[in-house]
Amino acid sequence: MCTGIVENRRISGSGKGPNGWFLLEQASVSYDHPDHAQAERAVIIDLLSEEAGPESRIAVELTPQSARDLVSAILASLSRGEARDWEPETKASSDQTPLNLRWKRGVPELTDAA
Amino acid sequence: MQKYRTDMYEGMIAETVMVRGRNNTGINAYFGRPLGSGPFPGVVLIHHAPGWDEWYRETTRKFAHHGFLAISPNIYYQFGHGAPEDVAAKVRAAGGVPDDDVVGDIRESLGYLKSLPQTNGKAGVFGTCSGGRQAILVACRTKGFDAAVDCWGGRVVMSQQELTPKYPVAPIDYTKDLSCPLLGLFGEEDQSPTPEQVAQHEQELKKYGKTYEFHMYPKAGHGFFYYERPGYRQEQAVDGWNKVWAFFEKYLETPEKP
Repeated sequence: MCTGIVENRRISGSGKGPNGWFLLEQASVSYDHPDHAQAERAVIIDLLSEEAGPESRIAVELTPQSARDLVSAILASLSRGEARDWEPETKASSDQTPLNLRWKRGVPELTDAA
Repeated sequence: MQKYRTDMYEGMIAETVMVRGRNNTGINAYFGRPLGSGPFPGVVLIHHAPGWDEWYRETTRKFAHHGFLAISPNIYYQFGHGAPEDVAAKVRAAGGVPDDDVVGDIRESLGYLKSLPQTNGKAGVFGTCSGGRQAILVACRTKGFDAAVDCWGGRVVMSQQELTPKYPVAPIDYTKDLSCPLLGLFGEEDQSPTPEQVAQHEQELKKYGKTYEFHMYPKAGHGFFYYERPGYRQEQAVDGWNKVWAFFEKYLETPEKP
């Protein structure tokens, strides 16, 4: 907390830690001294689950340029994914899986194919 | 000062203890002391933002080895327990520990040291990184410390935008209340605090006629004592530690050094 720079966001998704998968509730993004990265300053991203306790944390420390590159990759991925007009899967593909993946303007929904 | 000889007896004890924190709460602390009846000076170590970690337990033992009653309270106690870096992440996400809480916890640890039968009645406070900032804060807002050491504490100088309910006053604005001599160790390449911010703090110390020593090391950045991190600078760290021992010897009457 030498800089005190932290941005918190509520998020939903899952993360995998040493004890397996857990639900993510919060993303905490700081600009501060890293624990491990070989840099004076880093963008520190903690994906957290308050309910699961302090050990349930996905942590990364990125050099500032790497953080920018990651942001760019996320935005590019979102842009490409959301630009496509996703339709319900064909019957042939749904035969191979019990779940059917349907997209609604960038929000994936898993629905029961049956 | 008695120099160490290879035929001298030497021993210490270091362990986790429960001590009183602010508002009569209990917190855990790592406490190290030389064996023997003393009298020994005391030092409270305020751990850094990466947490109540191995470096701080190790440094607590280092102070005990140098003849101090040394205590490092876990100022993140209220955030629960886990690996130090995980608890530190929780604190970071919460925006840190309120200044009032830290001052309360450290004040109680000072009282603990001064209640011990081995005390020589004097005590210092030592902190690095955020702990350096808090060492200044405590030295200004608490009576009873005889010397304070701030190692590269950032945000002693704070902009209006940085002030929050947890950090309502910039430590520099308490300078007139500084109650003991202050040693500051900084790196020229540090971005928090910057050399300009250190100079600003120094001006304030001069303005109020405070006793202080500031040392700005070339070719060093933030955390140049941390041998396990890339910012470690051997030459500057050795010199810095020597300055810490000399400063505490001067103001805490360190009885002997190994």
